[in-house]
Amino acid sequence: MSRIFAWGALLTGITFFLLPLYGMTDFSLRMRRGVYSLDAYRAVLADPQFQATFGYSVIMALFTIAFGILLVVPTAYWVRLKMPELRPVVEFITLLPLVIPAIVIVFGYIRLYNTSSWLPLTGSAMGTNILLMFGYATLALPYMYRAVDTGLRTIDVGTLTEAAQSLGAGWGTILSRIILPNVLGAVLSGAFLTFAIVIGEFTMAALLNRPAFGPYMQILGANRAYEPSALAVIAFAITWACMGLIQLVTRFSKHERAKA
Amino acid sequence: MAKPVILSQHLPLRWLGVLPFFAFAFLFLILPTLYIVIGAFRTPQGGFTFDNIIGLNTPTILNAYWLSIKISFWSALLGCVIGFAMAAAITVGNTAKGLRNPLMTFSGVASNFAGVPLAFAFIATVGPAGIITLYLRTEFGINLRAYGWNLLSAWGLIVTYLFFQIPLMILIITPALDGLKREWREAAAILGATGPQYWRMIGFPILLPSILGTMALLFANAFGAVATAIALTGPQLNIAPILLFSQIRGDVLGNPNLGYALAFGMIVITGLANAVYIWLRARSERWLK
Repeated sequence: MSRIFAWGALLTGITFFLLPLYGMTDFSLRMRRGVYSLDAYRAVLADPQFQATFGYSVIMALFTIAFGILLVVPTAYWVRLKMPELRPVVEFITLLPLVIPAIVIVFGYIRLYNTSSWLPLTGSAMGTNILLMFGYATLALPYMYRAVDTGLRTIDVGTLTEAAQSLGAGWGTILSRIILPNVLGAVLSGAFLTFAIVIGEFTMAALLNRPAFGPYMQILGANRAYEPSALAVIAFAITWACMGLIQLVTRFSKHERAKA
Repeated sequence: MAKPVILSQHLPLRWLGVLPFFAFAFLFLILPTLYIVIGAFRTPQGGFTFDNIIGLNTPTILNAYWLSIKISFWSALLGCVIGFAMAAAITVGNTAKGLRNPLMTFSGVASNFAGVPLAFAFIATVGPAGIITLYLRTEFGINLRAYGWNLLSAWGLIVTYLFFQIPLMILIITPALDGLKREWREAAAILGATGPQYWRMIGFPILLPSILGTMALLFANAFGAVATAIALTGPQLNIAPILLFSQIRGDVLGNPNLGYALAFGMIVITGLANAVYIWLRARSERWLK
């Protein structure tokens, strides 16, 4: 009885998951009448708009990752080493982006950093790019911080720091050559998740009027029939690749630690 | 004697290490939110007022909130029920343990597969010209539309949201299910409890805070979602995030401060849902540690 129930629930759920994946794949191959073809993919990949927006989002993702690592690793390290009493506060702040909808945060940006404000970031394209990157970093903060903090938990931060200091290392050396390599797996997990988030993000980019991949997909979806499905397949593949890389990195870093 | 002196010298330096983080969080997370919250209580001239909050009391805005709440509630409830059933199937009982790892991995992917592409996937499948829609019509003569199905509607949105809600539930509730001790089940069995009795009187009550807490989280998750809704229905569907999106783009409400109030209402709702989640999670940890 309970076995039937369990299998029933699983099969229903799995069917529900597989149908849209099948649907988008099948649909994306039907651009040419009567036969399956890769025409939709060809059309998408050849679209200069696709190349431009995708490239833009990849670069934004890389900058966001770099900025996120520079912001989160030293902070999480410092809090663990010197100011454990601040941990609840920092953790609470890093969870706020899950509570406040992204659309509200970007609404605040638009009003706070407009051309007539004290920090007119939206006044220029570069300024808006930087603002958007900060927005992405905010969205990724909960994941990045949790990943790095979990990574730091597995190493003895205090002893490593003292050992490095007694050998004459400064803070920069300790962070870049001792701490970062030790939590690299965790940092990479956070980085891939950040990449997956940034690459398809729609709300912030659309409202800040930046030519990112998310708004491009939305516009294409409103105007074309088959290309959106091809985009969906591509986006799903990217998400899958990011998650796969996270698993790989996690397994690899566990393996390394077991050997050591 | 010397110690306090050293401490007071080191105190500011110690704080330097966390300064960049707090500066960033203040400027790009807290200050923008505060600006919206304060703006909700300000007149265009800068004075204090409740008019914006009272101004939310129009049919359009109330309907938008209400529809948003309904969509978020149903997608959270269904996501919870289905996700729980699937998580239970791969953890307790000896049903499908081999599916555990693939399902967990897939859930990690699917819970992050949201936004515009997700909408495309559902349009291609059960949209007006979707694969399943056409297949049912040509092969079986079933016209989904005649049965009231419309993807570009509130229920279409609920079904689409389930694609990331169910995996999120699975990811969160599986550890909780693992936390149910075998001894409890054995103890109940020794005292003569049947399977359903064990679940009704022991397993389910222990898990209830986790389940309800996760439901609150799923609710907030759906409530703040913008991209999927816009890609699916365009700007027509009157839900709070889409209304706010249009307001930011073009001041459709004709009053900027009313926009702040609308955003403030969204913060209040997602904030409440998250508070419920945190409170219930603390409760569930009493048993599941």
